[in-house]
This record gives sequence, structure tokens and C-alpha cells, in this order.
Amino acid sequence: MRKKPSYQLMQGNEAAAEGALAAGVNFFAGYPITPSTEIAEILADRLPANGGKFIQMEDEIGSIAAIIGASIGGCKSLTATSGPGFSLMQENLGFACLAEVPLVIVNVMRGGPSTGMPTSPSQGDVMQSRWGTHGDHPIIVLSPASVEETFHYTIKAVNLAEKYRNPVIVLMDEVIGHMRARVSLPPWPMVERVNRVKPNMPPEWYNPYERQASGVAPMAAFGDGYRYHVTGLVHDAKGFPTANPNEARDNLRGLFAKIERGFREICLVDYEEMEDAEHAIVAYGCMVLSARSALEQLREAGHRVGLIKLGTLWPFPRFALERYLPQLKNIIVPELNLGQVYREVLRVNAGHANIEKINRINGTIITPEEIIKTVKGLIR
Amino acid sequence: MSTARKKSPAGAAGSGAKEHPRITIFHDWCKHCGICVAFCPKEVLAMDENRKVYPKFPENCIACHMCELRCPDFAINVAEVKK
Amino acid sequence: MISNSELVKKYFRYNKKFPHIWCPGCGIGTILGSMLRAIDDLELEKDDIAFVSGIGCTGRAPVYVDFNTLHTTHGRALPFATGLKLARPELKVIVATGDGDSTAIGGNHLIHACRRNIDITTIIFNNYIYGMTGGQYSPTTPHGDKAYTCKLGNIERPFNISALVEAAGATFVGRSTSYHTLQLKNIIKRAIQHKGFSVVEVITHCPTTYGRINRKGGAVEMLEWQKEVAVDREKAAKMSPEELEGKIVTGILLERELPEFCEQYDTIIEKAQSLDKG
Repeated sequence: MRKKPSYQLMQGNEAAAEGALAAGVNFFAGYPITPSTEIAEILADRLPANGGKFIQMEDEIGSIAAIIGASIGGCKSLTATSGPGFSLMQENLGFACLAEVPLVIVNVMRGGPSTGMPTSPSQGDVMQSRWGTHGDHPIIVLSPASVEETFHYTIKAVNLAEKYRNPVIVLMDEVIGHMRARVSLPPWPMVERVNRVKPNMPPEWYNPYERQASGVAPMAAFGDGYRYHVTGLVHDAKGFPTANPNEARDNLRGLFAKIERGFREICLVDYEEMEDAEHAIVAYGCMVLSARSALEQLREAGHRVGLIKLGTLWPFPRFALERYLPQLKNIIVPELNLGQVYREVLRVNAGHANIEKINRINGTIITPEEIIKTVKGLIR
Repeated sequence: MSTARKKSPAGAAGSGAKEHPRITIFHDWCKHCGICVAFCPKEVLAMDENRKVYPKFPENCIACHMCELRCPDFAINVAEVKK
Repeated sequence: MISNSELVKKYFRYNKKFPHIWCPGCGIGTILGSMLRAIDDLELEKDDIAFVSGIGCTGRAPVYVDFNTLHTTHGRALPFATGLKLARPELKVIVATGDGDSTAIGGNHLIHACRRNIDITTIIFNNYIYGMTGGQYSPTTPHGDKAYTCKLGNIERPFNISALVEAAGATFVGRSTSYHTLQLKNIIKRAIQHKGFSVVEVITHCPTTYGRINRKGGAVEMLEWQKEVAVDREKAAKMSPEELEGKIVTGILLERELPEFCEQYDTIIEKAQSLDKG
């Protein structure tokens, strides 16, 4: 007889920390910043009890540097921050992309820009999570829309980072981070843990950036007997810096190829009541909560409206829209910013449907009623 | 396996002459900075008109290895001839 | 004493292009040689060494040597090394960083690494200039000296790195020059053996930029200056302030025992795990 599920009341930030532990994260380096500090506090408490390590660094630049160092040392490492800290982390995030170092950054978005509204929600870092660091680079960004999903998406982020040897960002907003909800979480043994591919050839033959068929190169840890070089310079298969145009192209193109190959696995999307939908709400993060409530009421009123819930923001899951464009008249994109995912929806829509954005940047959320009013306005 | 380095062992121990250390200069690596020449305590080394280093008085070499310690490019080697 | 041929064969990466990148007469290669000789004396396993660097001329050192090598971003070698050391405490972690890399952009990380007293050996190659970018003044460029961003004379007073790191909490501070290769080797040896945060400041020369713009001559003249200006700590103790004017005191300036960060964290793990079971 299946064990009765155990429920607990949990905060979003707490679910991120629990997800990290369940995924096998054993190194955290961070710096206190509202509204993400709970994650650091919980992991400072729980990591040593589970043989992991926690360090509070002098700033966010040091924090991401430390988790990169630890990952190169073989740890599954994670940090958590918010806007201002996320901005400080950008240069080393680029390093981790180019050096292909697995790590997870949990960014709990708050009112921006600058010091902004530290205790208020926003979704203003979406483009920063894609283009925050300089130069062309791949990135994976997941956006949980509930406390329970934050637990599962943090695990997914750790596993994707390990599998693709790439930084992954869990992009939360302050609503999800600070709200509490009843959750039923699987015990750790039930949680899937993916580990980076280790080299099995003798050390003399090991090239740290020689990609396998999967597009990802095996990654040895420093101290495992595979002495190799890691640099932020564009490099060849041996990891040595190169300015040779062909080697540079292969190095950089290779970064994207491995993500493109895993596109479908990386893109988490849910569809609700889209089968006969003529209008769709595209939402992510806390906006999914408002959208769902609006959807319910619109359906009761007989309107054929559906929800496309984006669990992955980058790479942008264009197929989720393309699939329904033929049947859609209107697409509504509610966001706590001035339209960021909206721009991607415009790009993919390419003129098919009418795209309507609902934006708010005053620190409060867009309510279901406002979404309903907009949808009804479009339908008439 | 050492990098392929064009060696020019100079002043090989002459037969009968007093055994003195074998000074080898790797001209592919030498950048003609003149440090070894300037700081050799016995002024064994010199530079020709092309600033190419060569052991001018190899017999004076006392194998103090100062030139090796100071060479920024690891381009000089002093091997004491084993009896 | 290991010869250059043996050193190259044993410690250099055979599949890396030589000669190395540094300018003719630059002190970095010499310092690297002293470091490798220190490691050779200590008979350390190459697998057990992690060699981390930041950005700048010094940053290019790790790629040439056959250790676990990590070339990080400008000023961030120490936090990268901190994470690596915590993940693999059994590794001997050595950081090579320049005067700008460590005390300008990396200054905040330097003082915190000292305060934390994590078991890392940091070698600061102090050539008084930003060499890689072509000769701009750095936090150690002497007051009044010239550089391409202060052609009319540096109006800033330089850091005294050794005093700075001591005040910040480093538990081993040594200073030498690229002229005193054997003294440097012995200091680096002691620094690596020391449990805690060790800093070895090495006064060295950049003939290409600093030497040229300040008319200090070439590598040979700058090395001779290092020979003149250095005074060993014992001798300096017997000299008056006037005699010490303009001199640089070398040797092991500080060696003290304070709790080391990784070891202390292990006690946290024990406590947490006993609480967890209790």
C-alpha cells in the first residue's frame, strides 16, 4: 500500500534549499541579499550536516568565483542571490559558460533597477539572465511557478548543469521565494541525480574540452589524477588558449551545439486547456498563479482561453507557441516588467496572432481580474 | 619527453683538457636578455654581435648554476661532467 | 639543485608552445623557476598541486606547468582558489597573481583571504606596473614614478603589500626579489609548508614598460637595483631608519599560527553531524 504522502508547509526559498540538498549539492558560497537570504541560511545550517560545505564570501563576485572553483574540485555547487548580486556575478558567469563549469545560480528577483524595491516582487531580470554577461554564450534559465515546483526545478537545474557542463539559473521572483504553501516532497532516494560524465581514458589522453557525441566533454575534477588546464580564454580541445579562428569557432560553436542538442529536454513547458483555445495567456513565475485563476473564471464564462506556462525561459521554447499559433487570435503576456518575454513572443509570433502585454513595475502583482478585463476586452 | 629543443652543446670537454661542465644553450628559447652573461660570477658567457649567447671561457665555469637560476626562459643548462 | 633541463622535463607541459609568452628579461620566468625548484625540493606530487592565477602577465604562468591549473578572471584568483581548496582540502593550492591583479581589482578578495586564514600560498609578482595592458600605473607604482596613465608622475602613494596582508590577518608573510632566486625558493618552500594563508611578495621588474618609461635600464640594470635595495630582515634589524630609507626588507617577515579555515570548518561539520544524530 503506497505510503500516505506527508505534507509540510514550506517557503519558496526553503524549497530551493531543499531541492539543492536533494539534488546532491555539496557546496554553497553566497552573500546575504534580500529576498534570497533564507536559502543561504538554510544551506549554512543543513550542508555541514550532510557532509557539504558552506561559505559566506566577501561579495557576490567572490561567491560565484568560489562555486566555480568548488565545481572544478568536483562539487555540485550552487549560489543564491537577487538583482544587485546577480549583476555582480555576470563576469564570472561568462567564465563558467566558456570554461563549461556546472553550477546553479538561484536568482530571486526583486524590484529593480539598482536597490529598487528589495522586498517587492518583479520579473525584471529576464533579459539580464540571458544577456547579462558579455559576448555570445549559451545559458539555461528555469522559472518555477510554485513552492513545490521550486523544489523540483532546483533539482532539474543541478542535473542539467551536470549533464550539459553549463551554468543554469533558477529565476524566481520574490512572490514564489517568500510565499508559503503546502507541499508534498519525494524523499531523497526517489530524486533523480545526474552526475557529470567523468573521463575513462588514461590521464595522458585526456583533453578536457574534446566533445563526445553528446556535444559535452567529460570533466575530471582537480585532484583526480587528470592534470589539465582551465581558462577563461577561448581555447582548443586541450584547454589551451588559442587565437586560431577555426579553433575559436569550434570552441564557441560547440558551447551552443550541446544546448541545442538538448533543447527539448531543457525546455519545460505546460499547457492548460489549450486544445480548443482561441486565446492564450503566456505566463511564467508568479504570473502563472494569476493567470490560472483568470483562466478558471474565463472558462466558466464560456471563453475559449488557455494557458502556456513557460517553465524554461532560455533557451526560449518557441515550439510552445508555434504549435498553437494557427488557432490563436490573441496572446496575452502578463509580466512584472515592461515586456521582456513579450519580445520573444512577438519574435516567434511573427504577425500571426494579436499580442497584448500587461505590465506592472510598481512592486505589486498583476491580479486575475486585470487579466480577465484585458482578455474580455480583446474578445469583444 | 622534453620539448624538441635545438641544442648546440658548445665547448664539449676537450680530450685531456681540464674537465669542465657542459654548458648548453637552447637558442630557440633564448631571448637574448643578457642576464646570464651579466651575472655569471666567472664571466664565462658572452654575446656575439647578434646578441647570441655562447660560452666564451667554458673552462672557467665552476657549475654554480647561477645562469640557470637566473634565466627567465630556462634556455641554459649546466651539466657537470660525471667522472 | 635541479637543472633547467630536468625542470623542463619534469614540470613543463610538453604539448605547450615554448618559448613562453613573457618579454625578454622579464622576472616572471625566473620567479616561476624558483617556485618549481621549491616544489621539487618538497617532492610534492604533481597531482596534489593546484596552480591558480588571475589575469595579467603573471596570469599566464599556470598553463605552462603540469599541475592542476586554473586561469581565472582579473582579480579573482583567490576566491576561485578558496572554493577549490574547500572542495579539495588535500590539494596544495598556490596562487600566482600580479600587483594589480591582487591589490587593485583583487584587493577586497586578498584582505578577506588573509582574514580567513585559508591554507593557500599566494605569490604576488610585484613589478610596479600593469604589464599585460602595456604599462599603466598600479597600486604599487612608486609615488612620482611614470607610467602611460601618469606620464607627469604618479600622485598616488603605493601599498606596502607585506604590511597590508599582515594587518589583514595573513599568518605567513615573506618578501624577496627575482634577483635573490635561492632566498625566494626557500621562502616559497616555507610558505607552502605553512598551514594557513601565506603571502610571498616578490619584487620584480618589467623592463618593457616600467623600466623603459622610468629609464631604469634593461633587465640587467633592474636586477642590479634589486640586489642593491634588498636588505635581509636580520641585517635590517640592526640598521637605523635613515639607513633603511628606500631599502626593501626581505626574508620571512611573519610566521604565526592561527586556526586554519578548512580545519575549522571540519569541526563545524562534526558538530552539525552530531547534532543531526542527537
